[in-house]
Amino acid sequence: MDSVQLAEKIRSLNAEAVVTEGKQFVEIQIPPSGLYSLARQLKENEDTGFDFLFCLSGVDYGHDLGVVYHLRSTKYGHSVVLKSRTSDRVDPQLDSVADIWRTAEFHEREVFDLLGIKFTNHPDLRRFFLPSSAGFPLRKDFVDDINIVTKK
Amino acid sequence: MEEPVKVAVDENQEYVINMGPQHPSTHGVLRLVLALKGEIVKNVEPHIGYVHRGMEKMCESITYPQIIHLTDRMDYLSAHINNEAVCLAVEKALEAEIPDRIKVIRTIMSELTRIQSHQLFWATFGMDLGGLTCFFYGLRDREKILDIFEETCGGRMIVSYNCPGGLMYDIHPNFQKRVKEFIKYFRKILPEYDQLLTGNIIFQERTRGIGRLSLEDAISYGVTGPTGRASGFSCDVRKHEPYSAYDRVKFNEVLFSEGDTFHRYLARMEEMRVSMDIVEQLIDNIPEGPFAVKLKPVIRLPEGEYYQRVETARGELGVFIISDGNKNPYRIKFRSPCFSNLWVLNLISRDFKIADLVAIGGSLDLVIPDIDR
Repeated sequence: MDSVQLAEKIRSLNAEAVVTEGKQFVEIQIPPSGLYSLARQLKENEDTGFDFLFCLSGVDYGHDLGVVYHLRSTKYGHSVVLKSRTSDRVDPQLDSVADIWRTAEFHEREVFDLLGIKFTNHPDLRRFFLPSSAGFPLRKDFVDDINIVTKK
Repeated sequence: MEEPVKVAVDENQEYVINMGPQHPSTHGVLRLVLALKGEIVKNVEPHIGYVHRGMEKMCESITYPQIIHLTDRMDYLSAHINNEAVCLAVEKALEAEIPDRIKVIRTIMSELTRIQSHQLFWATFGMDLGGLTCFFYGLRDREKILDIFEETCGGRMIVSYNCPGGLMYDIHPNFQKRVKEFIKYFRKILPEYDQLLTGNIIFQERTRGIGRLSLEDAISYGVTGPTGRASGFSCDVRKHEPYSAYDRVKFNEVLFSEGDTFHRYLARMEEMRVSMDIVEQLIDNIPEGPFAVKLKPVIRLPEGEYYQRVETARGELGVFIISDGNKNPYRIKFRSPCFSNLWVLNLISRDFKIADLVAIGGSLDLVIPDIDR
């Protein structure tokens, strides 16, 4: 399946998804409400079969907080990027995909630790590297007067 | 006199002990909280973050050539391959044309890095299981590769030999000669490794059938590298998405289906042979040309997202860069292989003995700074 067919297939799975063909991957934007159901479809659908989550990164877009999922199918060899973002910076919440890809459980814990995005239905959401007093350092508005030297 | 308090001992109770952070078999500052029933492991909970340096945050305030030197410190045994990953990502974003000479030298250096990493794995894995001789043999031979690195790169372990656009300096005039000498020497020595450890009956008893990882779990947990390939997960980036000069060499992807500790060990032993094959195909055919192409003095990546995968000695390393057009990345994420590989430990070591946990942990070949970053 080439990228045009793949994009067409994903559009048919979920009407909310905005699918674009990027330079490297097919990219999907999905609102948080449809994230979990689309993720499950992407894994379980016969034609997509994305069974390998090879990268999960949290990103602070300035106004929004978001998560980027890089998926690959070990059967077909095609890849896709799934993105979801929320504009709530005080209590950002996204659905956990830990029961679809087990590796997500630990990557989501890392994102929670460094960006403060809460994953609902996560089996064990605790901080990883940092103490709970540390704040969320990967956020762009994070201030640390001692350890971060900013060039004037 | 007071009556002594009698406490009933419940034999069915699990008790919890700490293994690490300062434990020789965790190879770094990894703390495992074990729930035990007698000698049987019932649950393993890894605690990490003892060498967390906030690399992704640091990278947001430095330039791309500076990032190279930070990536050495993630998986310090695959330092050269980590450098290459960032360089390839930057070059891909700039659409820079890289001459063949650079590609070939990078590939040779990467494979030498892989061999020395697996040599250290062999050395420490043998030591974990009680064969101290392995440690001396392994380090003796690894020293020869480090000497080659030292001559060409200046550094032995933390090489920082790559830079965006090519290499820091040209190879040393002795490089080809010494690499060929090493390959000749190591081809003779590798069967000795097998005689010493692989064929050893005590070693086989302690590793065969221990810590079996199924293919489904390997994919679901994102386990890559020799650990994943021992379970039959075809995940070699060098094969699936060839970068540098891997498209011009012939080699086989090492795959097993058993997925136990012994086959994870065997996968690395085979990979050393494969790496030597690759080096042999390239070492006499290094094309002439410049060792670096000139990029702009201040590197600014065009706005966008870039993802580059490479195969380190431990698995798939991904570099995900989001650029806003500035000289430093807006966000950079390192998908490190050890971070994903670590979490199968609980799954595969449950219901084995503590001594088996040491063997299983050793066979995952974890580098702790790569987990914490």
